[in-house]
Amino acid sequence: MGKKILIAEDSSTMRSLIGSTIAAMGDYDVVEAENGFEALRILPREMVDMVITDINMPDINGLELISFIRSNDNYKSLPLVIVSTEGSEKDRQKGLALGADAYLVKPFVPEELQNLIRKFLG
Amino acid sequence: MGGPSSQAITDFLGEAEEIIENLNNDLMVLGDCAESGTCEPDLLNRIFRGAHSLKGLSGMFGFDDVSALSHQLENLLDSLRLGKVALSNDLVSVLFDGMDMLTRLVDGKAENPDFTSDLNPILQRIESTLHGNNSAGDDPFSDYNVDPEILTILTEYEEHRILENLKQKKNLFKVKVDFDLCSFDQDLGILTDLLKEQGEVISTLPSAGDLTDRIAFQIIVGTDKDADEIVQLLGRDEATVESAVGGNKPAPSFQEVALETPPPEVLPPSVQQPAEPAAPVSARSISRTVRVDIDKLDLLMNVVGELVLSKAAITRVCDRLKSEGSRELGTELQKATRTLERRLEELQKGVMEVRMVPVAQLFDKMNRIVRKVASERGKQVSLEVNGADTELDKLIVEDLSDPLMHIIRNSIDHGIEPPEERQASGKQGKGLIRLSASQKGNHVVIEIQDDGRGIDPDKIKQKAIEKGLVSAGDKLTREQIYDLLFTPGFSTAETVSDLSGRGVGMDVVKNNISHLSGMVELDSTVGAGTTMAITLPITLAIIKALIIKVCGNTYAIPINSVLETIMVEPSAVRTIERKEVIELRDSTLPLLFLETIFNLSDRSRGKNRFFVAVVGFADKKVGIVVDELLGQQDVVIKSLGESLSFVRGIAGAADLGNQKTILVLDVGGLMSEALRGDSAFYV
Repeated sequence: MGKKILIAEDSSTMRSLIGSTIAAMGDYDVVEAENGFEALRILPREMVDMVITDINMPDINGLELISFIRSNDNYKSLPLVIVSTEGSEKDRQKGLALGADAYLVKPFVPEELQNLIRKFLG
Repeated sequence: MGGPSSQAITDFLGEAEEIIENLNNDLMVLGDCAESGTCEPDLLNRIFRGAHSLKGLSGMFGFDDVSALSHQLENLLDSLRLGKVALSNDLVSVLFDGMDMLTRLVDGKAENPDFTSDLNPILQRIESTLHGNNSAGDDPFSDYNVDPEILTILTEYEEHRILENLKQKKNLFKVKVDFDLCSFDQDLGILTDLLKEQGEVISTLPSAGDLTDRIAFQIIVGTDKDADEIVQLLGRDEATVESAVGGNKPAPSFQEVALETPPPEVLPPSVQQPAEPAAPVSARSISRTVRVDIDKLDLLMNVVGELVLSKAAITRVCDRLKSEGSRELGTELQKATRTLERRLEELQKGVMEVRMVPVAQLFDKMNRIVRKVASERGKQVSLEVNGADTELDKLIVEDLSDPLMHIIRNSIDHGIEPPEERQASGKQGKGLIRLSASQKGNHVVIEIQDDGRGIDPDKIKQKAIEKGLVSAGDKLTREQIYDLLFTPGFSTAETVSDLSGRGVGMDVVKNNISHLSGMVELDSTVGAGTTMAITLPITLAIIKALIIKVCGNTYAIPINSVLETIMVEPSAVRTIERKEVIELRDSTLPLLFLETIFNLSDRSRGKNRFFVAVVGFADKKVGIVVDELLGQQDVVIKSLGESLSFVRGIAGAADLGNQKTILVLDVGGLMSEALRGDSAFYV
């Protein structure tokens, strides 16, 4: 079993795009959550090794998800990457302040994401 | 990885269309808000997120034009939701136009990925709206003593909402709760809904609970109520409510308001009820839906159809087995076939249900058309919608869009009078179009009713005489006159408007609808308005059909339009006004002879008794004369294809399962021709 990456992103196309970028690497499994809620449900059920999250999501947004992950003993050391658009500069800074490890600005080149994943998961 | 695959692009376009559709709907509501001056923050935020997603998505696919435009729209929406620009009618119209351009771009790209359009005019308009009324302030939080711990996790938008609530002198509370990990989404949903009734839920922050099987949330809510009221409302033992502001605002600084009376906030876990039994378990769905290409459903439907046919073949084998000796084996096979039949029915029903969508989507679209056309024509029109949850096959809904749009444009163009004229005739200045859908048995009826000037039958007749469609001496009933409106080339409007005109008339509407095996009728009262009714089958594809034989040819009649079959003596047929009719329970039933219509050669009916299949919808009935009734069967209707689409009276072809192909009659089309008394319409 490969390592598992959770993608929290409300756009299904963006999810599958990130998913296929990861699938192309061959070594990783992907679990998708279409909002923060679903991510919260998935975290305790699946052994997730890394989280990739959008910031703007309905109900529970990316910042809230990051803050949760970083405050929870079970997950606080998970590598965490923000994928968001360039407009949300301020929000992204907050995400990093809350403990995200890296961020990618949409649109991004698949290799950038792949490099980050390799960096964190080896 | 190279460029995105064409499948990915299709997915993108699908999602983009959906986003734009939702945005358009939300913008309409925003338009109403601009008029009333107040706006739901949730609504604004939703619109913003829509534009935001679209920007991110289109950028990934290299659609720079879509990305640039949605980026500008996002900027404008961001300023709007952060209160930096004010909501106005002008702004809403800029947003609408931007959305129109996005629709055009996305539609264009569906045809050709390289399609683009000149964006400068709209980009400049957005730009000038953005900088026209800029009223940004600096460090807004300095006046308020908001818990700094909260501020670190709020997005810019949430910060803005907090400020707005404080400005409106609302109380700001942190509601802390924890839930069982298994059911937290439902429980939290119920709680959030409760809180939303009292004010605005600004942020929901999850945090690790002390226990592994629970999860805690801190919900920031802005409300008019005080802490006690919120506590009472929540009625949860394990919730705490505390002020999120320390300083000049209502609650004294950081004083914890303990919820609820005696017991301390933390109960031993064993005592805590995982879920309030009293609270109704709301089926809060976290969108458990998949988007499926309609072609895949078509394929599935086809396979089900073929299965139904295979089953018919097995049934025949079974009958032969029983009659030709192997009785025991035959009976056994029959049992097995019955089970198969039941499962097949379930499968068929399931697939059908998947294809069913509420007409709401279609009606929403019409709402936009009404606004747009009304403002372009300088008329005031409101749209009233009924029965939007009525369901129809997805394909029918899609194909209905154009005809419906045409009818509504016609109503606004020619039906609804300008405000002054309306007031002069004692009506309200604002016209009304009523759009309603309802299910009647196996059909759905969609009615479009306006309270405009109505259509004068005399004028139509006059026009028809001028055009040589009828002669002055012809006696026509009201219905027949209104039917003339659907004749190709007929148009009563003196000036052809670019909206409903365009050289296509109601005949196209009628054709589109009969392709869906539907029927359209019109009724009107001069001065009071016009009503059009479209009757459609709930679904196409698989139908139960009555198989009949006329002059040696086999046809199928969709069973849902067959009311009854009767046996008739030739002596019972009478001729009234050159039409052959029979008496049926005190009413006259016009007869339809397929041999005349389809010009069949063998007319050997002679003096024998024959059958009549009474077909029709509602109060309109026609008897189709039949030599033999061969029975009922499920058939899969297949289209005759483009090249034969001009053939009238035939809805398609069907496979009988014994390698025989027969034609399926288009009952709606046949009937309207028969009722008009024109039998020479075959080509």
